[in-house]
Amino acid sequence: MATSAGGSANWTAHLILILGVFVFVFPVYMAVIGSTHDLGTIGRGEMSLRPGPHASENYTQAWVTGRGERAQGGVGVRRMMLNSLVMGLVIATGKISISILSAFAVAFFAFRLRMFFFWMIFITLMLPVEVRIIPTYKVISDLGMINTFTGLTVPLIASATATLIFRQFFLTVPDELVDAAKIDGAGPMRFFWNILVPLSTSTIAALFVILFVYGWNQYLWPLLITSSHEMNTIVIGITKMIGVGDAQTDWNLIMATAMLAMLPPVAVVIIMQRWFVKGLTETEK
Amino acid sequence: MSRRAIFDNKILPYVLLAPQLAITIVFFFWPAGQAVAQSLLRQDPFGLRTTFVWLENFAHVVRDPAYLNAAGTTLIFSLAVVALAMGSGLLLAVTADKPIRGAGVYKTLLIWPYAVAPAVAASLWLFIFHPTIGMLGRAINQAGIPWDYTLNGTQALVLVILAASWKQVSYNFIFFLAGLQSIPRSVIEAAAVDGAGTRQRFWKVTFPLLSPTTFFLLVVNLIYSFFDTFGVIHSLTRGGPGKATETLIYKVYVDGVVYLDLGGSSAQSVILLLFVVTMTALQFKYIERRVHY
Repeated sequence: MATSAGGSANWTAHLILILGVFVFVFPVYMAVIGSTHDLGTIGRGEMSLRPGPHASENYTQAWVTGRGERAQGGVGVRRMMLNSLVMGLVIATGKISISILSAFAVAFFAFRLRMFFFWMIFITLMLPVEVRIIPTYKVISDLGMINTFTGLTVPLIASATATLIFRQFFLTVPDELVDAAKIDGAGPMRFFWNILVPLSTSTIAALFVILFVYGWNQYLWPLLITSSHEMNTIVIGITKMIGVGDAQTDWNLIMATAMLAMLPPVAVVIIMQRWFVKGLTETEK
Repeated sequence: MSRRAIFDNKILPYVLLAPQLAITIVFFFWPAGQAVAQSLLRQDPFGLRTTFVWLENFAHVVRDPAYLNAAGTTLIFSLAVVALAMGSGLLLAVTADKPIRGAGVYKTLLIWPYAVAPAVAASLWLFIFHPTIGMLGRAINQAGIPWDYTLNGTQALVLVILAASWKQVSYNFIFFLAGLQSIPRSVIEAAAVDGAGTRQRFWKVTFPLLSPTTFFLLVVNLIYSFFDTFGVIHSLTRGGPGKATETLIYKVYVDGVVYLDLGGSSAQSVILLLFVVTMTALQFKYIERRVHY
C-alpha cells in the first residue's frame, strides 16, 4: 500500500493506539497504586496517583494471611494461588492429553461408530457448565468430589475444541509418513510418541497457553464446587474479600491480591505471545 | 475427511477414546439430560413427591415478569458489550495494521487483557468507580452528578458493561488483526488505483472481506456476554441494585443455587441451551458458506 500517507495519518494512528493502551493500563496502574497505600488513606479517599509506602506490608499480609480488618476468615494468597495453579495446570495438561489421544483415534483408525464418537465429543461445545449447573453439581456431590481438586478439575477436562484442533492438524500429516513408519515396523503407539507428538509441539504450546488461562480464570465452577476457604481459587477469593464492597473493605489487600491474580496468566500470554496469537487465530475457526 | 493410510487395530482406538468419552458422558450428557428431565418435573416444597408437569415450568418461566426483566437486561447488556468490545477491537486492529513505528510493541500492550479473569477485571473497575473511595467515582460525585452504582440501577448496568467489555477487546483485536493481515494487499491497492479513498476502501473492500471474522466474533462475543460475564456480575453487583443487573445466567444461578427452585432453574437452563445450540449451528452454517459477498 502507498506509504505516502505518513504525517497526520500516522499521528492519529499513534493517538488511537496510545489511547487504547491507556484504557487497558489505567485500571491496572490504579490497582498497583492501591496496593501500596494503607487502608485509612484509601478509605478517606485520599489516595494519590503515586505509589505509597506500604507495598511490602500489604503484599506480605495478602500473601500470608489474606486477612485484614474486614476480610476475616479468609486464607492467604499463597494457598489460593496454589489452588489456581493446580487448576490451571491440571486442566491444561489434562485437556491436551485426552484430546490428543481421541484425535489420534479418530484420525488414524478405522473402527465402528467412529463418526458417532466424534460427534459425541463435538456436541459438548453446546453444553457449557452454565446450562447444566444444578444437575452437574448433583453429580459432583454424589461422587463425593465437593471441595476436592478432582472435582475442580476432572469434569472440565473434556475438550471438543482441543480434539478438533488436533484432528485438523493430524489430517495434514502426509500418508507417506504413516506408510514409512509401518514399513519400518512401528506400531501405532510408537508412531504416536515418536512422530506425531513431536510434530504437534507448536499446537500443544498454543493450546497450553489458551487452556491454562481458561483454567486459572474459571469462576462459576469453583464457586459451585468449593465451599471451604482452603479450596478457594484466587479469582473467587477476590470476590469474597470484596464482600459488600463499602469504603471500609480492605482495598489495599484486595488490590494486592488482584495484582497477584493477574500476574501468572498475563505473564504466560506475554512470554508465549507468538505461539498464543498464532494458535488462537488458526485454531478457533 | 478420512485418510488412506490407516492403522488396523480393533481395540486400541476405543481405549484411546475412553477417557474423553467417560468424562463427556458423566459430566456433560448425564447432567444435561437431567436438566432436561428436571425442567419437565415439579417437586413439592418438601421434596417428597415429584410430578411430571409437561411444559408447565416453561410456561411459568416465560410468563414470570422477573424472567422477562432478566431477558431484557441480558439483551441490553449483551448488545452493549458486543458493540463496545467489537467496535474498539476493530478500530484498534485497523490502526495497528497500518505501517507505523512500534506496531509490534503496541500489539503486545494490547493483547494481555485477554488473560485477565472477568471477575478480576470487575475488581479493578470497582476500585476506580467506587462512589466514595474510587478515583473517578469521587470525581463524578464532586462534579455534582450523584454517582452510586449500589443505588442506581442504570449506573450499575453501565459499570458491569464497561468491566465486561474491557476484558474482551483484546480477543477481538487479535482476531480482527489476523483477519486484516490475511486480506491480500493487492485487492486494496487495486481499489486505491481505482480512486477509492481511505474511508471507501475500508467500507467497500476491507470490511466485506473481513465478514467471516466479524461473524465468528459476533457469535463468540454473544456467548461471552451471555455466560462468561457471570463473574463480573457476581463480584460487582450480585444482580442488583434490585434486579437491575440480573441477566439470564445470573437468574439461573440464583433460582437454582440460592432458592433451590429446581424445575424453574432447569427450564431456564434448557432455554439457554437452545440459545447455545442455535448459535453454534448458525456459526457452522455460515462458516461453511464463507460469509463474504
